[in-house]
Amino acid sequence: MTFRKYLVLAGVAVFAATGDPMLSYGMKQVGAVSVHDLPNLFAAILNPWVAGGIVLLLAFFASYMNALSWADLTYVLPATSVSYVLLALVARFALHEQVSLRRWLGIALISGGVGFIAGGPALTSHAHDENSAGASAVRETEPASTGVDR
Amino acid sequence: MRHVYTWSAIVLMALTSVVGDVLLARAMKQVGDVHALLRRSGVLAVVGRILGNPNFFLGVAAMACAFFSLLFALSWGDVSLIAPAAASLTFIGNAFAAKVFLHERVDRRRWIAAGLVAAGVALLAG
Repeated sequence: MTFRKYLVLAGVAVFAATGDPMLSYGMKQVGAVSVHDLPNLFAAILNPWVAGGIVLLLAFFASYMNALSWADLTYVLPATSVSYVLLALVARFALHEQVSLRRWLGIALISGGVGFIAGGPALTSHAHDENSAGASAVRETEPASTGVDR
Repeated sequence: MRHVYTWSAIVLMALTSVVGDVLLARAMKQVGDVHALLRRSGVLAVVGRILGNPNFFLGVAAMACAFFSLLFALSWGDVSLIAPAAASLTFIGNAFAAKVFLHERVDRRRWIAAGLVAAGVALLAG
């Protein structure tokens, strides 16, 4: 795990936690869209909050795909569930919502789950030995190219 | 009857999410480590390899099905039940599917992590 890879995982969590609320905030401004009035749905994209939300969700998808290219699904999903914790913290400290004891307990459980996988290897699916150095050696599926790389 | 519809939609949503996640994960494993690939052959090659992968499109199609199941579920039940229930089921389902279909080594550490996160999500959004 390099610093850059931790950055990608953080990106997945942050973009997921910010994209949905932004989209939801924008759609509340646009108002209810009826099924018989679909052109209004395209007009909604002109709302800056909706547009921003879409950009953030695209960024989420890109970093999610990036993470899946070098880590297990069962590693990426718990690691990026930090986004639920971020959402609750944003609700508490930025939006000044009341966060109940039940929700704090949920935050504690999720943080515990993240802690559990954080110490383990990121990739096991192609590895036959426990250490991640061996894993990354097995991961090289591309044939070695001959000196024409950038 | 309403409960049956809501829970059917929740289960359908979790199932299609799991299928989508597994297909996307498989597609990206076939593409290979994006960081190494970027260094070697540039952005266009990476985008080309992703768009040339059939699993990628199947995965996106499954994700679209999950989204429409969400819309169906929301028309019958409350978001405070649907979102956490579907997310929790997806976490557990993914652990099973990753072990069976992706041959990931889901050891005790990862089972506990998936269980804790699923329980936490259920509490958080409930």
